[in-house]
Amino acid sequence: MTPPDNPSEQSRSEPHWAFAAFRQGAADVMSFLPGLAAFSMAYGTVAARKGMTLFETLLMSATVFGGVVQMVVLDSWPETLTVGAIAGIVALTALVNARYLMIGATLRPLLGPAPAHKAYPTLFFLVEPAWLMSLRYYAKGGRDPAYLLGGGMAMYLIWVTTAIPGFIAGAAVGNPKQFGIDLVVPAFFVAMMVPLWRGARRSYGLIVGALAAALTYYLLGGVWYLIVGAVAGCIAGVFNDD
Amino acid sequence: MIEKDAFGFFIVIALMTIVVYLGRIGGFWLIGRLVIGPRLRRMLDALPGAIIAATVAPALVQGGLRAILALTATLVVMIAIRKDFAAVVAGVAVAAAAFAYGI
Repeated sequence: MTPPDNPSEQSRSEPHWAFAAFRQGAADVMSFLPGLAAFSMAYGTVAARKGMTLFETLLMSATVFGGVVQMVVLDSWPETLTVGAIAGIVALTALVNARYLMIGATLRPLLGPAPAHKAYPTLFFLVEPAWLMSLRYYAKGGRDPAYLLGGGMAMYLIWVTTAIPGFIAGAAVGNPKQFGIDLVVPAFFVAMMVPLWRGARRSYGLIVGALAAALTYYLLGGVWYLIVGAVAGCIAGVFNDD
Repeated sequence: MIEKDAFGFFIVIALMTIVVYLGRIGGFWLIGRLVIGPRLRRMLDALPGAIIAATVAPALVQGGLRAILALTATLVVMIAIRKDFAAVVAGVAVAAAAFAYGI
């Protein structure tokens, strides 16, 4: 390998943030556009049906910028907002997004050489599709963190704007069951489970999480099923084979 | 319907934003300062699957035969062609059809 392509040599100096890499990152996440747009529209629909205003719906997308967590929190929004209920929402948010601790850790090689005042704002736009593309980009020798920023910002723009048609449709739809809208999110999750499945011996977390959640929901109702399922699955994951 | 207390809503949004952002930067910040052993790594590895599975399971308990049919259709399409969008469309179509047949 020639010296300019040597990663260890480049990582010692501050990486260059080129617009070409930014643009490439944005282009590469476009294969996720249909899925993301459909998910965001589903979020807009659910938000409208929960009685949120369009401003509130878009504000949540623009600040939180987290597909699954927005859905889960909306779905489990309490009847009345007490301090306890708010604490529950915050705990749920932290738990659902705990996976980002792992995702963020994997970005050390690409983003680590960047100065903190650029790396930490870039991480605001961290989202799974941009992360996946960045792992591939780094594996192929790419070293410009602008690639991650481009992918993240493209996802952000799509995520916030496509909630609008979903919101409008949601206000118009009568019975969500008639068009299967109530099952859009569970269906997305089922689809996401397929690439996570690594055979029964290595998927204890998934299996135990599902069983614990179903049982908790059956016995208690409410939102505790998610916390119980996630914690139980997480603990069971220790016994996964590598 | 959600609570229509606007002030409470903004507090929740602000807290969620902070928690989500701390999650996004936390792992990146920690990785240089923490040794992740095999146990912790396996737990963190299992977490996404556990969360996703835990979200789906109650939909099956609550949704009955219609949900089982729809989510099975999603699963089959996803395994067959690995396109999440097509898999979701298939699931939603089956759910709508099941509703039309009174299931």
